[in-house]
Amino acid sequence: MADVLPLLDVRGLSKRFGGLQAVRDLSFTLREGEIVSLIGPNGAGKTTVFGLLSGFHVPDGGEIRLRGRSLVGLKPHAICALGLARTFQIVRPFPHLSVLANVEVGALAREPRRPQAQAHARAVLEQVGLAVKMEQPAGSLTLAERKRLELARALATCPSLLLLDEVMAGLNAAETERIVELIRAINGTGITILLIEHVMRAVMSLSARVIVINYGETIAEGLPREVANDPRVIEAYLGDPGEAHVGAAPA
Amino acid sequence: MRWAALAGVLILVALPAVLSSYLLSVFIFIFFYAFLGQAWNIVGGYAGQLSAGHAAFVGIGAYVSAILSQQVGLTPWLGMFVGGAVAAVLGAVIGYLGFRFGLRGFYFVLLTVAFAEVCRIAVGNLEVTGGAIGYYISFTGNPWQFQFQDNRAHYYITLTLMLLATGVAWLVERRRLGAYLAAIREDEEAAEALGVNAFRYKLTAMVISSFLTGVGGTFYAFYLLSLQPNSVFGIPLSVDIIIRPIVGGTGTLLGPILGSFILSPLAELSRHYLGQGGWAGAHLIAYGILLILVVLFIPQGAYPYLKSLVSGRSNG
Amino acid sequence: MAQGGRPPEVRLPPAQGLGEGGRLSILVAQGLISGLLFGGVYSLMAVGLTLIFGVMRVVNFAHGDMMVWGMYLAWLLATRVGVDPYVGFVVCAAALFVLGLAVQRGLVNRIIDAPHEMQILLMLGVALVLENVALLVFGPEPQRVRSAISTSAVWLGPLFIDVARLVTFAVAIVLSLLLSFFLFRTDLGRSIRAAADNPYGALVIGTDVRRVYAIAFAVGAACVGAAGALVTPIVPFQPTTGLQLSVTSFNIVIIGGMGSLPGAFVGGLLVSVAESLGAVFLAPSMKELVSFSLLIVVLLFRPAGLFGRRAP
Repeated sequence: MADVLPLLDVRGLSKRFGGLQAVRDLSFTLREGEIVSLIGPNGAGKTTVFGLLSGFHVPDGGEIRLRGRSLVGLKPHAICALGLARTFQIVRPFPHLSVLANVEVGALAREPRRPQAQAHARAVLEQVGLAVKMEQPAGSLTLAERKRLELARALATCPSLLLLDEVMAGLNAAETERIVELIRAINGTGITILLIEHVMRAVMSLSARVIVINYGETIAEGLPREVANDPRVIEAYLGDPGEAHVGAAPA
Repeated sequence: MRWAALAGVLILVALPAVLSSYLLSVFIFIFFYAFLGQAWNIVGGYAGQLSAGHAAFVGIGAYVSAILSQQVGLTPWLGMFVGGAVAAVLGAVIGYLGFRFGLRGFYFVLLTVAFAEVCRIAVGNLEVTGGAIGYYISFTGNPWQFQFQDNRAHYYITLTLMLLATGVAWLVERRRLGAYLAAIREDEEAAEALGVNAFRYKLTAMVISSFLTGVGGTFYAFYLLSLQPNSVFGIPLSVDIIIRPIVGGTGTLLGPILGSFILSPLAELSRHYLGQGGWAGAHLIAYGILLILVVLFIPQGAYPYLKSLVSGRSNG
Repeated sequence: MAQGGRPPEVRLPPAQGLGEGGRLSILVAQGLISGLLFGGVYSLMAVGLTLIFGVMRVVNFAHGDMMVWGMYLAWLLATRVGVDPYVGFVVCAAALFVLGLAVQRGLVNRIIDAPHEMQILLMLGVALVLENVALLVFGPEPQRVRSAISTSAVWLGPLFIDVARLVTFAVAIVLSLLLSFFLFRTDLGRSIRAAADNPYGALVIGTDVRRVYAIAFAVGAACVGAAGALVTPIVPFQPTTGLQLSVTSFNIVIIGGMGSLPGAFVGGLLVSVAESLGAVFLAPSMKELVSFSLLIVVLLFRPAGLFGRRAP
């Protein structure tokens, strides 16, 4: 297993915004075909990590390698061309364009000819379950549909690695279940997935591994069950573990 | 829709048989500004970059082809491409500077105005261009020198230019460039995340637009036979260029054409009937009011608005 | 905008004892002084514009054409009622205040949240209407206004100072100071600055943001109305300079920093001096080349301007 080149290799990643050290010496790897979750309390730096991986921020230090190829300093469109696609935490559809046109933009990343790109976009919309809304303007979709559209767009770029940023936020139980199935199906086609998520049930059921970060650094990494019981993780989410026990004497 | 467009073109082609020379010149005016508006539309409408300095490209195309014709004897039929190319170089420079440095919205508008003004002042102070007095082209009426005795020639030339620019816009719409420009217009960052090199495509639109506009400058020069830097590089011409596509509908194929058919006759009527009393600029008041009304009530433009009315009615 | 306005006679000190360098330095010094004095008007124009942008984030493309109306109102007052522009500017400011209120309430309010491009186009429409109505009513010929002090000049050694320019400069400075007093020492002024800094916060504490916006726009218009009046005794004016003046105002405001009052003030002086020196070193017709080149440099390398806090 150690001989296989990891799909994504992140070492010593750090980023500072003014006085705030958002990401500090972060390292992890992703193997081809995995689903890995990146979790942590609000403000832990997770979306910043996505921003760094996808080229929207330039790291102050550290290295990011996709199949051995360095991504540092590349613009977002170049990184997408190399096979890394991302969604945004707050969805950003192209509101005046149709659902199909939205996804077609993603498809054009791999297929410059419009008719073929459109056909690919249709197929992706089928896969994601939005085909019936193809002609509607993206601005008219519900939140759950927009999340699926965001996912479809990124998927249409034929990525090797898909970064999903809180794709389940704001969804009800049924919608969440559907997205979980979809993510599993996408992973089934060979796409590696890195999830930022707060919905713990989904994280536990989907992930092969979980990475926990807080204040920009890794505080735990491992199997979902291990991480859930790790006292450092509990402390990060809830504060002092002593407080979680009713009737405990103050420190 | 296709048949209607074809019919329209055929009518326009046949019209000169029944038009007086005066009416011919009105149509020339309509076609030429529709052409300029359509050329602008590629970067201002489809790419969504409001350039308020497009007169610079007209001026450059005009002066380059005029000077090459008068000093070097190069026929404007070739000179127009040289003029277009030089205009495209300026367009590339402005686009490069503006887009590389991330200038958006108002700041980009001002950058384009600044360049147009610099051109105006520079050309107005150079001897080779005739300075503030202007540049004059001797009348020969020789078609090889892009001069025609018969107004019908001008009619067909401007009609061709208008159709050519519309054809280019149509191609842009159909190809990947068009889809990418639409995405950039909606949300540039989201487009970047999907593999769209926004800088490259905006710059492409700018170069195409400025090249076409520069080619039009040659017609301007040899139709009027005199060039004044304040007129051909001035803000009023830039306003004239953008107001037709804006009223007609930016980012649409027929918007600039419809806009010119609405606004150009208005200007001509004003000049014809009110010009004697010194009211020649009255149409600009109408332009201003129309602009205000369009922005407030039908920001998408006249053509999309009319289209939605028609399709709304047919859907019951 | 024509900055020329030659005095009745140009007197240079006798040539003996002065080399080329001496003569040039006198020209430069003269240019500096003229530019600086005229800069008061530029500053006033720019302060009005930056106030509007700073508070409402609205790009007022009609700024120069409002100034044109300030000029012509002053002209009307001077020629029909016999009021000197140095007194009449108050009326012009008041009239433009009212016009500003009307434009803001009727038009600008509807596009406060629209993208910049839409605002620019709307205000361009307003500019076209204002400019061409003025053209219709007053005609295209350049006008001048004679003030009681128009023709006097004061000599400072080899340099002359046009008294009208001096008074214009003084009044412009006083008005700018009054404006700062209003913004920093009065409750309404503080509300305006609060709304500029943080519109939602201002709403939360109960500020009537609509009223604040209207006042800010009206005050901005009043500034430019006064500036227009103050300029009439110094240079000839005509309606068609409106768009040009708007562009100059934007030049200044970007160089000084959008939304920054000290930036607009300093920017106005800076640009005016740069243009003046440009006229000396290049040619009078090339003076705007300097300010536009400066604008391009600022746009590319420091879009926030000299004093600005926000980059685009």
